[in-house]
Amino acid sequence: MTDFHVNGRSYAAEPAAGQCLRTFLRDLDVFGVKKGCDAGDCGACTVHIDGKPFHSCLVPAFRGAGREITTIEGLASNGELHPMQKAFHDAQAFQCGYCTAGMIMTAVTLTDAQKTDLPHALKGNLCRCTGYRSINDALHGTCNIEPDEAGKALGASLPNPFTDAIVTGKARYTMDLAIEGLLHLKVLRSPHAHAHIVSIDRSAALAVPGVVAVYTWEDVPKRLFSSALHEDHLVDPDDIMLLDNVARFVGQRVAAVVAETEAAADAGCRALRVEYAILPTVFDPVLAVQPGAPLLHDKDLVTASNNIFCTLQGEIGDVAKGFEQADVVHEQTYSTTRVQHVHLETHGSIAWKGEDNRWHIRTSSQAPFAAQKKLAYIMGLPPRDLHVFTERVGGGFGGKQELVSEDLVLFATMKLGRPVKWEWSREEEFIGATTRHQMTTRVKIGARKDGTLTALDVEVFSNTGAYGGHGSETLAAAMASPIAAYRCANKKGIGHAVYTNMTPGGGFRGYGASQTTFAVECAIDELARLLGIDPFEMRRKNVVRPGDNIESIWKEPSDASFGSYGIDECLDIVERELKKGNGVAKPEGAEWTEGQGVALAMLECGPPTEHRSGAEMRLLPDGTYHLACGSTEMGNGITTAHKQIAASMLGTRIDDIDIINADTDRTPYDTGTFASTGVVVGGKAVHLAAQAMSEDIIGFASRFTGVAIDQCRLDNDAVICGNQRILLSDLHAEGAKVDHRFSVTRRAYLSPRTIAFNVQGVRLAVHRVTGEIRVLHSVHAADIGRPINPMQCRGQLDGAVAMGYGWALVENMVHDDEGHMVNPQLRNCRIPTFADTPHTDIFFADTIDLIGPLGAKSQGECGINPVAPAVSNALANATGVRFAHLPFTPDRLFAKLAAAS
Amino acid sequence: MNLTTIAEVKRPASVDDIDGWRDGYSWLAGGTWLFSEPQVAVDTLIDLDSLRWAPLTATDAGLDIAATCRVVELHDFEGPPGWRAVPLFRKCIDSFLMSFKIWNAATIGGNVCMSLPAGAMISLTAALEGVCTLWPRNGEPREMSVVDFVTGNHQNVLQKGELLRKIHLPAAALSKRTAMRQVSLTKFGRSAALIIATVGDDGADFLLTVSAATPRPVQLRFATCPSAEQLRHALDARLPPDAYFADVHGSAPYKRHVTQYLAEQIRTELA
Repeated sequence: MTDFHVNGRSYAAEPAAGQCLRTFLRDLDVFGVKKGCDAGDCGACTVHIDGKPFHSCLVPAFRGAGREITTIEGLASNGELHPMQKAFHDAQAFQCGYCTAGMIMTAVTLTDAQKTDLPHALKGNLCRCTGYRSINDALHGTCNIEPDEAGKALGASLPNPFTDAIVTGKARYTMDLAIEGLLHLKVLRSPHAHAHIVSIDRSAALAVPGVVAVYTWEDVPKRLFSSALHEDHLVDPDDIMLLDNVARFVGQRVAAVVAETEAAADAGCRALRVEYAILPTVFDPVLAVQPGAPLLHDKDLVTASNNIFCTLQGEIGDVAKGFEQADVVHEQTYSTTRVQHVHLETHGSIAWKGEDNRWHIRTSSQAPFAAQKKLAYIMGLPPRDLHVFTERVGGGFGGKQELVSEDLVLFATMKLGRPVKWEWSREEEFIGATTRHQMTTRVKIGARKDGTLTALDVEVFSNTGAYGGHGSETLAAAMASPIAAYRCANKKGIGHAVYTNMTPGGGFRGYGASQTTFAVECAIDELARLLGIDPFEMRRKNVVRPGDNIESIWKEPSDASFGSYGIDECLDIVERELKKGNGVAKPEGAEWTEGQGVALAMLECGPPTEHRSGAEMRLLPDGTYHLACGSTEMGNGITTAHKQIAASMLGTRIDDIDIINADTDRTPYDTGTFASTGVVVGGKAVHLAAQAMSEDIIGFASRFTGVAIDQCRLDNDAVICGNQRILLSDLHAEGAKVDHRFSVTRRAYLSPRTIAFNVQGVRLAVHRVTGEIRVLHSVHAADIGRPINPMQCRGQLDGAVAMGYGWALVENMVHDDEGHMVNPQLRNCRIPTFADTPHTDIFFADTIDLIGPLGAKSQGECGINPVAPAVSNALANATGVRFAHLPFTPDRLFAKLAAAS
Repeated sequence: MNLTTIAEVKRPASVDDIDGWRDGYSWLAGGTWLFSEPQVAVDTLIDLDSLRWAPLTATDAGLDIAATCRVVELHDFEGPPGWRAVPLFRKCIDSFLMSFKIWNAATIGGNVCMSLPAGAMISLTAALEGVCTLWPRNGEPREMSVVDFVTGNHQNVLQKGELLRKIHLPAAALSKRTAMRQVSLTKFGRSAALIIATVGDDGADFLLTVSAATPRPVQLRFATCPSAEQLRHALDARLPPDAYFADVHGSAPYKRHVTQYLAEQIRTELA
């Protein structure tokens, strides 16, 4: 045994020969050391060795012997937060918190010189949630929080209730659990984009020491399902099996190996001998609809004839006539890329059989209840035999609205009776999870000389990849709000979601609307340019307003409705701010040219399909409250928001409300935390439950005291009845005597759906030779109703806008001609670093919504949508060249820039 | 990440302790690349740290950089005042995609032996006319210039088991004036082009080193600082469009475009 010193403790242990320090520390139950990439790119595993920072995933464990190793758990001393932990606490410099340990461990080592150059100093630490603004705040000692005072919760910038756990490394994410007798599952993934699996010889794999079982398509239930998670499973096609005998994309699961160690499971995967019969492939959705294209699915009558999974079309008015009335017409094809969510916590689940003889699945999901229903269906179990839950989830962004890890661990644990864990690698995220749908969008748009739109025609080809989950819903979103955002009597659209041999598309923040928003907002700008009308004026003139029909290309009645209206204010703010400027000048030199652009986005708050949530509240014997709601906390801040909603209804502090979320055993049903529903559905359930809780307490107090109910009111930890003040703990005791339980539950449903807007303004400089883009001024205005927690809302927008810049300027998944991803590592498929992410000035329209709970609207999702088109519009303004195809990396710009110079 | 196929780590006190060489052996320097990807063909790591080579040795003849010298050690190096090229060390190190934290582990030798087009230590040591000392498994040590050591993307002259012992930077090269330019597709991203030129005080011996844009470093030597036209001509002659390296960090036409642009900037700076 060798001596290791970790956080002041000595351990006698022997790492495996090729073990890295990261997993070795986690084997010692030091779970603050996180895995974001396991390849040195993200910094989540940063630890100190003899005071110097290292990415522990790259350090051979044996080199840690005899040296002083410090992890996030060892930073605080005597129960006092380290000043840097305190700074992250005060600035709330995290959202999901998964990167925080590594971020803090890096930040504490920075020299003063490094602190003056954070873009360089932090380039080895990726955060996908915050857009780095709050991290910058922490490093500058900014405090972003307000005190938690009774009765003042609504609209207060209160800190995340799990802050201390996050900044000290104690917060437990999905994999931060040691389980006795745990087995490990790994999958072999297809190297071919389309192949029939002729045979799988598992004998060599089973002979690998430690391998317990091998599963192939022959072993699993022959039940088709969709990995997409929605309330109504019928919106997604049943086209996937646990394991299939046809591989339809590179990276599809072919077989699962379960073993005593991850190493043995990996070795087992390598030992499998698979005979593939290669099938012809198609990757382009336009080619995939041509006669004779290889067919992806022949599972039913619809997909047996062609690759079109779904076509949506409609027309209002008469578009042909509308174009006749137009003085100018713009027509152009735009395209957007597939990108990966890159939630820093990869997918993963742990399943076991409980003493209650039920199956328990601890997972990283945005929708544990929908997952529970789907798992019950796949395995043929009653849902009550399944318990699906999350503890802390390290980011989602739509990527975890997908059942991709829970199914196999449950299957294996049901077969083997032992706990089974499956933790995905970063590479698996790139090749085996879902991406944003790549869409190609032709827009034809016409207007009169005065700018009035006369006709809008949109055609979308969406590449849904090998499987159709989210294909129809994202297409529906693509054909909806970006078109409905403009008043125009004649609109037409047709969209196809097409199967190809690409990685499947999935849900991703913005969900289809981002893609059409890019095309339409660029087209509106082009039209304004043709007409010589200011882009702000063009939008003001044509944007939908109260009294208009809120419709895209269908005349059917819609439940979308203006609970408030703030787009005019948002446009005014962004115009004013850009005009005012921020003092950042264009870089010197004749090669730099400057321009500005604007784009807007509209969001119907919540999906058009079913969505529901419940909340439960109890008064506890000590006079504090318990709140349970099924929504998932993944960095969206929903637990803080829900506590604030409840606290504001009960006149108390959020600290006096404990909360449980996203657990099928311990919270009421919730469809899932996606489609902008955390506040408007989950929050509404909490609002109703808190209201009922208040009525229940006051009602009992009135009966107990004999004071009329209108003379009774809640006052923090007490109820005031006339001139008496009774502590809630005393009241609870009185209730207990007569079996009054002080517990309530309420359900919320999504209808009508209110409408939110976002406007992004960008001033940038572009280098005409190198193609480098520098964002000089970034302004965002959001019409999100009353911010329940302004600091969190700003953080959500920071993150969404940063992701928008990533999509526009940085991220690029590259595939070769055979469908292999060329760059499935974060050092090759970049996401924005601190340096890539401009600071954005964020403003809120002064709206209080009449539909959303307490005047609030959705805020986490839509901020991403106007960013890419605003960048394209600014580029066009600067150079006269329209860049219509994402991403705008310099090597994709330079030739056109040179030609235009 | 865990290298699950590794069965043994050898930690020799001397290279002589390693008998022979077989498939499955791998030298382990900083480990920052080795541990960043699965290495299923490797079952034995041979730790170079246990050899305890002095990282940096400065003499009148120049600077000897041990293969195991950490990037941070080179970053912190301050040479004699006459070695005017030393600030280039930091500039090249700063152009790494990797974070400063990786500098604490990654080695100069590891970066050179990886032989990636964007290996900034290749750019640096090639530009400063570095000479590698190689220790073959059998036979006498041999020497080779860095520019010849790297033969292509992820390819070099090393024979099986052969070890890069050190890189010598001659004092003459360290005394030259230098200029450097680098671009990448994202801020501080992996280099699409990293161009360095050195020139003597008298304007003689202008040496242009193109890296990252090409699969291996390419050098153009001029007796005196060339004119814009001479430089352009020489670049075109030496590097036709298909000589550039296309990857996710930049298309070949882009790399050609910026190489020509940056080379001219450097020429102007040093002229």
